[in-house]
This record gives sequence, structure tokens and C-alpha cells, in this order.
Amino acid sequence: MAKPAVLTHPESLKRPAGPSEYAKDPVNAALTKAEKIALYTKMARIRHFEQRCIRIYQQGKIGGFLHLYVGQEAVAAGTISLLGKHDHLITGYRDHGHGLMVGMGMNECMAELTGRVTGCSQGKGGSMHYFAPDKNYWGGHGIVGGQAPLGTGLAYAVKYMGQKGSCLVYMGDGAVNQGAVHEAYNLASLWDLPVIFVVENNGYSMGTSQERSTAHPGCLAKRAEGYNMAWDVINGHDVYEVRAKTAIALKRAHEESKPTVLEIFTYRYFGHSMADPDKTYRDKEEIKEYREKKDPVLAFEQELLREKVLTPELSLKINEEAMAEADKAAIFADESPDPTVADITKHIYWEEDNRGPKTTSRGTIIFE
Amino acid sequence: MAVISYREALRAAMREELKRDDKVVIMGEEVAQFNGAYKVTEGLLKEFGPKRIVDTPISEAGFIGLGIGASMLGIRPVMELMFWSFSYVAFDQIVNNAGNIRYMSGGLINCPIVIRGPGNGGTNVGATHSHTPEAILASHPGIKVVCPATPYDAKGLLKAAIRDNDPVYVMENTILYNDKGEVPDEDYIVPLGVADVKRVGTDLTIVAHGRAVITSLKAAEILEQEHGVSVEVVDLRSIRPLDEETILASVRKTHRALLVEENKPFCGVDAQVAYLIQSKAFDELDAPIHRVSSIDAPQIYCKRMEDQQLPDVNRVVREALKVLA
Ligand SMILES: Cc1ncc(C[n+]2csc(CCOP(=O)(O)OP(=O)(O)O)c2C)c(N)n1
Ligand SMILES: [Mg+2]
Repeated sequence: MAKPAVLTHPESLKRPAGPSEYAKDPVNAALTKAEKIALYTKMARIRHFEQRCIRIYQQGKIGGFLHLYVGQEAVAAGTISLLGKHDHLITGYRDHGHGLMVGMGMNECMAELTGRVTGCSQGKGGSMHYFAPDKNYWGGHGIVGGQAPLGTGLAYAVKYMGQKGSCLVYMGDGAVNQGAVHEAYNLASLWDLPVIFVVENNGYSMGTSQERSTAHPGCLAKRAEGYNMAWDVINGHDVYEVRAKTAIALKRAHEESKPTVLEIFTYRYFGHSMADPDKTYRDKEEIKEYREKKDPVLAFEQELLREKVLTPELSLKINEEAMAEADKAAIFADESPDPTVADITKHIYWEEDNRGPKTTSRGTIIFE
Repeated sequence: MAVISYREALRAAMREELKRDDKVVIMGEEVAQFNGAYKVTEGLLKEFGPKRIVDTPISEAGFIGLGIGASMLGIRPVMELMFWSFSYVAFDQIVNNAGNIRYMSGGLINCPIVIRGPGNGGTNVGATHSHTPEAILASHPGIKVVCPATPYDAKGLLKAAIRDNDPVYVMENTILYNDKGEVPDEDYIVPLGVADVKRVGTDLTIVAHGRAVITSLKAAEILEQEHGVSVEVVDLRSIRPLDEETILASVRKTHRALLVEENKPFCGVDAQVAYLIQSKAFDELDAPIHRVSSIDAPQIYCKRMEDQQLPDVNRVVREALKVLA
């Protein structure tokens, strides 16, 4: 495979981790102490929620696939912390972090994983299919790349309705090779849609390293040039940098109704899903290196300690509370009831669930 | 005879065909270095090298279309789909290109491609990952579809599929991958279009395919033990071509038919089988034909409910007793 001559990676990634050079960026400088603490708290909550999930999965209470977000928290946290009333988002199956960031409760999220009727999708969607449209969160999609056209459509609708808004479309580094993604890129640029494609580049698609999956001109984001779109690369271990650079793309969406591709370099600590033994395709040393030197939650904690926004005591309290919240959610998920057999055939058609004067069809629609 | 798993049987089929014909190429996501998402292709990269065993990006429309094109020039690609659910992003290639090219060229071009992978529910992965598209695909003339239920059939059908000169889509089942069974050591194929009577009986014919065969065999045992009924189980093995004669011969013997499949009922495989029986053996029937299929809804995530949604042994027994009443 032809290798690009120059890799276009974020400058800050090339330097050893230290104080964020984006702390003074206007969007970060504008944060109050309380807002910074809230942002840190949200990141800690994602971390503890996911770690609690591992135990529940190991107890056999969660089945199927469970894709964890541990290590990638700053991506969802940084980007989503900037969103306003008319900004929407949509992602793939690694969707818990985004859910918690938009304000979904740990209870409904955990109960969905154990298939309970109290889950966010009433036990019908599962880990890969979280939804909270009331919070502008349109899922949670299991088919790689399938969300890209949908998110482009959400942006189209925002523009159509004359709102100053956008849609953030998250996907992985493997997803960029789905045809649907390329068709969405073209539409977004051709029609000037306020969409931001966020490529969460964690280095691997399942057991395939990014180098083995994708031909590109230096980085994945740069493919945007072929569609005449703006792009940027971001160090995803620094939540301040994520915010600073995403803010520029958001401004472009809001003010010029133009799309952007952002590639955010990040890392996942666990296997692709809990079913992946994670023993063959990457080095244990590599994982250790990221965990110890680039951890986004720890880095932000350090940042806030330096800024004297956090104290060690407050940080401890935040983490303990997040753990306790996750423990409670686990109990809630355990004690909640299952959907019933009758529930299986509900929510298939609006029509079936809303029989009345507004229904426009007749005949059998659910078959024996 | 060796006792091997369904997974090993599939692997053995590919190994033997890779050895027999140097035009055979295995392609798919994670099939080579990762040894297969479900380890079906484990060890093949080591044995045959990267020219024959090829990892692809997550570009189903691209790599499957590429396989179809390569097959037109004589390569014999065996493409793995991690799930048949993912075939939907490659539907144009799978249906429009592979299914029509021979016809539209007036027979000038062949398309000897095999696409294989699991197409089943029951694994708690929700609606986007649980499709059983055998009926949808078999409804397109130009396409062949098989659904093995045992290690013996998995190996024999896959080998036949690889040697076949038309597009053959092999639908496996992740729940069956660890099932074990006897498989001959010597070379054999199971020809496409030949059903198999998996259990001989006299009072009722159950027609099934895929994992529904296993469920039906268990139900037949209970019907025998607890109700004194002798049930014949016909495993279709192949959906298109369809072995009409074996189905009809069984119905002519038992005079009663129950059709079991894991598809949703509307336009399922068994809708076609029911039509076949009533059109060619109507006078033989002593009772209306009954069907057991999945509850008609997208696949529910909740495992306890998904187990209810799929045909289970109890439901098959209950429905069988209705046909026998
Ligand atoms: C169309 C399709 N093909 C294959 C899969 C199986 N699959 C799920 S996730 C995945 C890897 C995706 O990797 P990436 O885009 O990098 O995202 P990450 O998992 O790293 O977040 C694959 C192959 C799928 N869900 N959909
Ligand atoms: Mg990835």
C-alpha cells in the first residue's frame, strides 16, 4: 500500500503531555469554575459507568455486544459540552459516553444494557442502540457508517427550518471506508449543510490497525479536501483542545452553514467489544503507555488541579459519587422488570400504536 | 469419520477447496490476521498466505462488488460477511450485479462467487444484527441460497457452493458454530438442492431449515416420548434450488405438515413451501398446514424476550399437536 509521505497529526500529540496549550483559548477561558468542575464530573461519570458495565457483563447480566468508551471520554465530553439548543448528534454503537454527556441518566442507560423495560429504549435497542431525541441525541447505530447520511439529514432539517444549529456525526476510523460516508460527505459539501463529521480515530477497527484499513493523504480528515470541505486534526486526550477546535467548526456550521471533518486522535483501553480478547493485534505496552501518559480524564484532573479549580478532596468526592451512582444504576437495572411478550410487537408502526382518526391504512400489518 | 464442530467443518471446506483450486480466494473483514471474527477462518492465513486470505476494510459494497467482478474473470472468491445483516449495505452488488449479470449478458458471463457468514437471531445483539435474509435473497432468480444445520451439511454445502458456477449465498448460524457432528475424512459434497430427512416418521412432517431443524428435532423427540407421535423432520438445507420432491414425498407419507423457520412470517421461505404442498399434494393432506416462525417484529434486544420471539421447542410441540388434532 502506498504510504503518504507526511502524516498530518495534531502538533500537541507530538509533544509529551503537560499543561494544555488550549487552556486560554476563548471557549475554555470563558468557562466558570463550576462549569469546569461539571465537565470533569461528566467525564468521570462516563469512566465509572463503563467500568461498572464490565462487571455486570462479567456477571452475565449483559449479553450481546458491549463496546466501551473508556479512554475516549474527552471526545464526547469536549464536543458535546459546546452544543446548544439546535445542535444535534448521532453516533455508532460505541454510544454510552455520548448518551451520558447529553444528560441521559445512568439508570435508563444501565437498564437498557440488561434488556429491561425501564431502559432508554425499553429493552428493545440494547448497548448499540441508545436514543434520546428529547436531548437531540439520535442514536446509537449498529451498522458501521449508517449514521453518516442520517446525521447529514438532521443537519439538512436544521437548515431547512431556518435554525442556527448543526449536527455532529461521530464515527470510527474504520467507518470512513463505508460508501455511505463518502456519499454523505459529498451531499454535505454540495448542499452547504451544517454538519460536523467527527472521526474518533482510536487507531483500530476491531483487530485492524488504521494503517491496514485506510489509504489517505496524511490523515483521515484530509480526505475532506476531495470534497472541498474544511478539516482539522485534534488531540483527543486534551478536552480543552477538543473544545477549542470543535468550536471553530461549530461556528462554521452556525454562521456559514458549511460542513467540517474533524479527526480526533484517541485510544480505547479495552477490546473492540467485550467479546474481543484483545490479545493479538496490539501490544499491552501500547495500552499501558496511553493509560499512563495520555489518559484524558487524568489529564483534565491534573489541569484543573493546576488551575486550582479542583482540590484532591473534591476530585475524590466527584469520583466516589460517580461510582456510587453507577452502583445504584446497576441495582436499578437488576431490579427492573423485563418487557413482556406483548411488548415485542409494539413500536413497530406509528399506525399500530396510534389507532384512531389519524390512521390512514387498513389491513393486516403484523402477521401470525 | 471425525467428530468436528460446525465451525471446523466450514474451515475444512475452505481449506480443502483452497488446496484443490488455486483460484479460490478468501476475503472479508478480520478473516486473515485476526483469524476471523468468529474464528471460522482461523489458521488459513498462516497456511495459505496473504494472497489467498485477504483482510478488507469495512467496505462491504466495495469488496463484495470487487469479488463479483473478479469472479467474472474466473477467480473463485469466498467472501465472509461478519453478519448477513451487513449484506444490506452491499445489496446492489449482491442482488443486482451478482444476480443479473449472467441473464443480462445472454449467458456470456458467469458469476461463481460464494458469500458466507452467519445470518441468525438469538444472540442478544438487537435488530440491526439479527437478520435472516434467505427468503429475500432466494426470491431473486439468479441467486442460490443454502442454510446448513449440521457440521456435515456445512462442509458439504460450502464445498459444493465453491465449485458451483453461480452466485451461492451460504447462511450460517453463530449459535451452531460449536455444535459437533460426524464428518467424513474423504472428499465429499452435499449437492445444492437436495433436502435431507433428518428423522424418519409416519404421523407428521416438519419442514425446517437452519437452526429451526435442531429445534424441530428436539420437538420431535418430545412428541414421540410424551405424545406417542412419530414425526418426520425434513431439513431443506438448500432454499434455492429447493428439493420439492423430498418435501412432497414426506407429506404423501404422513399427510400432515408443520413448517418451522426462524424468519418472520411474511413472505418467509415456508410461505413458498406451503404453496408447494397445497398445489402438488393437496389431496394428500388430512389437515391444514401450520407454520411456526419468529414473532413478527424487528428483533428485540432483551434476551429473555428474544428467546420467546424465535421459534422454540415448546411452540413447535404445541403447533404440531394442533396439526395432529
Ligand atoms: C456494515 C458493517 N460492517 C461491519 C460491522 C462490524 N463492525 C462493527 S464495529 C467494526 C469496527 C469499526 O471500527 P471503527 O470504525 O474504527 O470504530 P471503533 O469500533 O474503533 O469505535 C466492525 C467491523 C458493522 N457493524 N457494520
Ligand atoms: Mg476505531
